[in-house]
Amino acid sequence: MQTSKQNWAECRLPSPLDRPSLKAHRRPNILAERKAQHEYWRRPSFFLLPQSNPASAGCCFNSNSDPRTKEKGKRRERVREREKRGKKQPRRSPLSHRLRTQIRMTGSMDLPAKGGFSYDLCRRNDFLEKKGLKVPGFLKTGTTIVGLVFQDGVVLGADTRATEGPIVADKNCEKIHFMAPNIYCCGAGTAADTEAVTDMVSSQLQLHRYATGRESRVVTALTLLKSHLFKYQGHVSAALVLGGVDVTGPHLHTVYPHGSTDTLPFATMGSGSLAAMSVFESQYKEGLTREEGIQLVSDAIRAGIFNDLGSGSNVDVCVITKGKTEYLRNHELPNPRTYVSSKGYSFTKGQTEVLSTKITKITQLKQKVEVAEGGDAMEE
Amino acid sequence: WQQAMGSHTAGGSQAPPPPPAAAGGGETQRTQYPYVTGTSVIALKYKDGVIMACDTGASYGSTLRYKSVERIKAVGKHSLIGASGDLSDHMWDDGNSLGPKEIHSYLTRVMYNRRNKFDPLWNSLVLGGVKKGPKGDEKYLGMVNMIGTHFEENHIATGFGNHLAIPILRAEWHEDMTFEEAVKLVEKCLLVLLYRDRSSINKFQIAKITAEGSTIYPPYSLKTYWGFSHFENPAQGAVGSW
Repeated sequence: MQTSKQNWAECRLPSPLDRPSLKAHRRPNILAERKAQHEYWRRPSFFLLPQSNPASAGCCFNSNSDPRTKEKGKRRERVREREKRGKKQPRRSPLSHRLRTQIRMTGSMDLPAKGGFSYDLCRRNDFLEKKGLKVPGFLKTGTTIVGLVFQDGVVLGADTRATEGPIVADKNCEKIHFMAPNIYCCGAGTAADTEAVTDMVSSQLQLHRYATGRESRVVTALTLLKSHLFKYQGHVSAALVLGGVDVTGPHLHTVYPHGSTDTLPFATMGSGSLAAMSVFESQYKEGLTREEGIQLVSDAIRAGIFNDLGSGSNVDVCVITKGKTEYLRNHELPNPRTYVSSKGYSFTKGQTEVLSTKITKITQLKQKVEVAEGGDAMEE
Repeated sequence: WQQAMGSHTAGGSQAPPPPPAAAGGGETQRTQYPYVTGTSVIALKYKDGVIMACDTGASYGSTLRYKSVERIKAVGKHSLIGASGDLSDHMWDDGNSLGPKEIHSYLTRVMYNRRNKFDPLWNSLVLGGVKKGPKGDEKYLGMVNMIGTHFEENHIATGFGNHLAIPILRAEWHEDMTFEEAVKLVEKCLLVLLYRDRSSINKFQIAKITAEGSTIYPPYSLKTYWGFSHFENPAQGAVGSW
């Protein structure tokens, strides 16, 4: 680990811009250079979260201490010198430059070539936090997701409300994600994390099916999910209820954000999990039929919808049996819009009383101001 | 008036409180965080009156310290108080003929004023009672919080019962339940709490209050079921998991 005395200028990797000439024959180790440059530009960004506005992602980056600005300054000088000497600039459209800057700023999650964790930005994060910068928190979505095992297979259920803090962002979202034709997964926690993780594991399962030529097993999905989540030490905030039927029988598992799993006959996750669990604990028994299973799952989700503020709207149910999966989207709609005007909103002409009229003419422009073209494009 | 629960009181007895000075908490001591705590209390109105139930355990942090603590007390002739939260902050009255509604407003005032002085009584108190009113026997069931939140309802649950018992009560309570139905519903909630609340124990006490007076039944246990086939060998389908 680096000592505290080192600053950023000493940490930087050599860049080809250090060289006086850009001609290839004078740079024998071009491959090594390109690799170093690639690693330098693509180091992990400050926050692991996707920024809402990519252009502002670099706002936490101090241009005075970062060596890249000094290089840019040198580069500008070099360009001006070339122009003075009358030489042509290499063709590069301004748009691609802006795009490349943006992509550089947002950074990426690539790990170093050797594999493992990259702790490059930890010291800087600590320093900034001591200076008072608040790290943005995770937006947790309230949810009720449940699953239970009945005599022929597995029933999964979920509510359909996605929240952004105190606001309902999506009244009817889908929380039951497809993993394989015989495996489905409900996700609670940060919506982006659950979707990304389930999509990723679903693709991996598909590739695995092509490679093996067999139906996917629930334990495969389980192992892929838990190893991915453990690797990210709980920062991927996805709490999942995974259920499916494969050759070994029906299975139901819960996966927690830190990577631990449980194998259970009935399971609930999310903010409404306690309300749903109270229904399950009092009414679950072994050997339920399909109708009883669906009814119990709907009861549990409805308990979550009406007793938890983070869950709401409608009930989605998914029934998985051997050889057949039924996704009952919006199986129950216990929150209908009851007060809707049949006439809609329409205001006939003459309904509003006119009290007074005043007409102001818009005058012509008196002065036209010309904007002089600047030397360089706006740099961030 | 602060009754410290340093000593056990076996269920049912109404012994007079030990003097405050001797019991490790004087009148000027402030409860900044709870020490010995009781878990949830469930109560609901039924045909003849009010039924209240809780378990008889008291935890000291994460240790289950006391296993025979009586958290429901009869107050006067007409009311019962059940307390969850810090047990040394139990308040009780000394046998006046105040009705339940009066005691509820008295407790509300006490709790709210203590909270305003930053010296809260760390309790959620459930108060139930029956008193003869102008329209006959009036059942009353209310709750007061440590910050002074108070309300009256047909069914109340405190502590963890807020999350686990209230969904069941909201779905299955109805007017004019018989005593047997009410006990069954309460036992259902208590069983869920036993399974899912880590600080509850399998020893419960039910108390009822009707127009004739209050009855606190001796403690008893509920039967639990652990025989699901998935519990027997959970890793059979997923080797390496648990």
